[in-house]
Amino acid sequence: MDTRIDFYPTHQHQGYKLRPGRPVPFGATLVPGGVNFAICSRYATSCTLVLFEKGAATPLVEIPFPEVFRIGNTWCMVVFDLDYERIEYGYRMEGPWDPGVGHRFDSTKILLDPYAKSIGGRDVWGKPPDWNDPYPHRARLIFEDFDWEDDRPLETPLADLVIYELHTRSFTQHASASVKHPGTYAGLMAKIPYLKELGVNCVELMPIFEFDEFENSRPNPVTGETMYNYWGYSTVGFFAPKAGYAATGPLGMQVDEFKNLVKELHRNGIEIILDVVFNHTAEGNEHGPTLSFRGIDNQTYYMLTPEGYYFNFSGCGNTLNCNNPIVRMMVLDCLRYWAAEYHIDGFRFDLAAILGRDPWGAPMPNPPLLESLAFDPILAKCKLIAEAWDAGGLYQVGSFPAYGRWAEWNGKYRDDIRRFLKGDEGMVPALAQRLQGSPDLYGWNRRGPTASINFITCHDGFTLYDQFAYSQKHNEANGEQNRDGGDDNHSWNCGVEGETDDLEVNVLRQRMIKNALAILLMSHGVPMILMGDEVGRTQRGNNNTYCHDNDLNWFDWSLLERHTDLFHFARQMIAFRKTHSLLRAREHFGLSSTQADFIWHGVHAWNADWSPGSRTLAFLLRERQAGQGGNTNPVLYMALNAYWDALPFQLPELPVNYHWHLFANTALTSPQDIYEPGHEVPLEPYQGSFLVGGRAVVILVGRP
Amino acid sequence: MAFSAIFEMAGSEARITLEGELDASVADQFRQTVEHAAQDKPQKLILFMDKLQFMASAGLRVLVFAKQRMGRDVAIYVIGATGPVLNTMQMSGFHQAVYLQESYP
Repeated sequence: MDTRIDFYPTHQHQGYKLRPGRPVPFGATLVPGGVNFAICSRYATSCTLVLFEKGAATPLVEIPFPEVFRIGNTWCMVVFDLDYERIEYGYRMEGPWDPGVGHRFDSTKILLDPYAKSIGGRDVWGKPPDWNDPYPHRARLIFEDFDWEDDRPLETPLADLVIYELHTRSFTQHASASVKHPGTYAGLMAKIPYLKELGVNCVELMPIFEFDEFENSRPNPVTGETMYNYWGYSTVGFFAPKAGYAATGPLGMQVDEFKNLVKELHRNGIEIILDVVFNHTAEGNEHGPTLSFRGIDNQTYYMLTPEGYYFNFSGCGNTLNCNNPIVRMMVLDCLRYWAAEYHIDGFRFDLAAILGRDPWGAPMPNPPLLESLAFDPILAKCKLIAEAWDAGGLYQVGSFPAYGRWAEWNGKYRDDIRRFLKGDEGMVPALAQRLQGSPDLYGWNRRGPTASINFITCHDGFTLYDQFAYSQKHNEANGEQNRDGGDDNHSWNCGVEGETDDLEVNVLRQRMIKNALAILLMSHGVPMILMGDEVGRTQRGNNNTYCHDNDLNWFDWSLLERHTDLFHFARQMIAFRKTHSLLRAREHFGLSSTQADFIWHGVHAWNADWSPGSRTLAFLLRERQAGQGGNTNPVLYMALNAYWDALPFQLPELPVNYHWHLFANTALTSPQDIYEPGHEVPLEPYQGSFLVGGRAVVILVGRP
Repeated sequence: MAFSAIFEMAGSEARITLEGELDASVADQFRQTVEHAAQDKPQKLILFMDKLQFMASAGLRVLVFAKQRMGRDVAIYVIGATGPVLNTMQMSGFHQAVYLQESYP
């Protein structure tokens, strides 16, 4: 760093040169000649900076913050001449131990800075840690000198996204991935060509903030294999990328590696959304470890009962007190940091309903955190996506406080489409709503179809293959006697539970997967595909694989060869969506001539069957003026038959000089099941109806 | 093996030959060499790395510094980087900011 003559030490401690620091920004910041350390606590009575040589068991030095270095509730100090590359830092906080009122200060603990931008201690995934380490997750200093060149967030319109949800390690850890650095950011980067070939333009990464895979790790009672906190929904540090996901983690270069991944994704036109977990932390309840927040300011950071115990709206032991102004500020600082410093395109908030609860757990009509995020000028172009429910029973799909900005994981879309596909009665009206971008949920306050992140599968629950191979969950491998995981899967095994050699069953399963992909990619709203669903990835009926570092979670790339037809189908469906702006509506209901308009049909044209016993629906999607006054834009038709027998669907009449062309028919096998957009097969002239196979969908294009 | 960074100007090219292990303890020595080279306003910076055995993040930081210090108009060539040194540059993305070559005339 350059030296400045006006920035000089004023104090000393054991040979370390010090001066009063700046209270903001919080965290450790490189300044001329030194490092500015700033941390706040409302109830601490004193604070000590603890410095380590990298990896050392005992501190290099402990420097109490002089009282004159405290401004309000913030301790701030510049320490000069530190070796940035070789030190790790933490804090000790003095304060009351009085759990009944929420204070759990313990100066024997060395605490992680909530604003730590790089965290050591779990540098190599799965490497057993030193359980006696007095400071297991260690804050490190970073340079923010990454060469972004001309990169910036892509700002792809939400309506145009096709999201692909993936787990960083699972994506390339399987030997079949054949990448140089399996299970890492670098490995994911090596698979960007695959993502491009598939056609997705956004990846949503399951948590990559630093977490501890060893949290609650235990041997599998059946196999003896270690079960981990594999998915990572339990944050240790909100500002630091998971070191164990970096091939360069042992070198402490995870920040560079992750930024490089973002830059490469952007270079290939792919956005990156992070799944962020602000509802709880890795410290658990009163029996959990004291790593950071609990020892810094328990009463501020956590929602506590009147008796000082932890509210558990997350189902994970504690609940972050997100609408406390200090915590709110941290969340905002964190997201701003990722948006500005990492060029992240958007965030998906795990159990986001919690973010709308007040410090006592009650849902608020106007949650300040959600409002702050919606109107923040730095996050202004970032996608904000809520998982609009929590483990405390608050379900806000369709009613999440949106401020015109928030989209939602549409859980009703998932459930309704699953039920229609498996043939439940009474689902046709709901299906119509979901195809239109759920105006019943989002039309009332003009949120539009892009408020709906449509998905049929996600990391929680069955994969798409398992959705049609298992009628019951099979979670025995989780070691909880199959008690964990949801029971409301709305799945159907097509006649045989699990793997089978029955050709007819397997053909039906493939068709059901294609039906699901077709509906997903024909629906208004924003489609999200789960990693591997495009090639029939299975979790062998396990619908809660949170703890498995094995092929229950890993993407088996040999599936790409075995299910070439599925991949081809998914790829063409994505291409079809990209080709037709009709499918990417920005608003519900077309009021202008160029907006998409749904016209409902059934087995009989113009006569959709909305009755409870119906399992069929068809629709025409067109601009109002298509075929008139020189407007030659295509019209799209989709027939959905969830009935078990084939049914003839009467086709609606096309504008003059328009002809029907077949794009997809899931009743047929590859390669007749789908065609390249623009190369659809013309139907016979004057063909007035189309025989849609049992449990199949058909997509036609009408054009001159 | 002890680290060394030897600088010479060859016409409009600044040539730095690196040997040994480039870690935090010697990164400043490399940085000063880059500073020295920048003062001669070269049109190219050629970094010979075939005898560099290891590069820690501190070394990478100096490369980033070199890129910024020299400016966009100065092409940086990395010659002969292999093994962990090449890996480090590839995984951090720095290889995109330079010309990687096995040899240099």
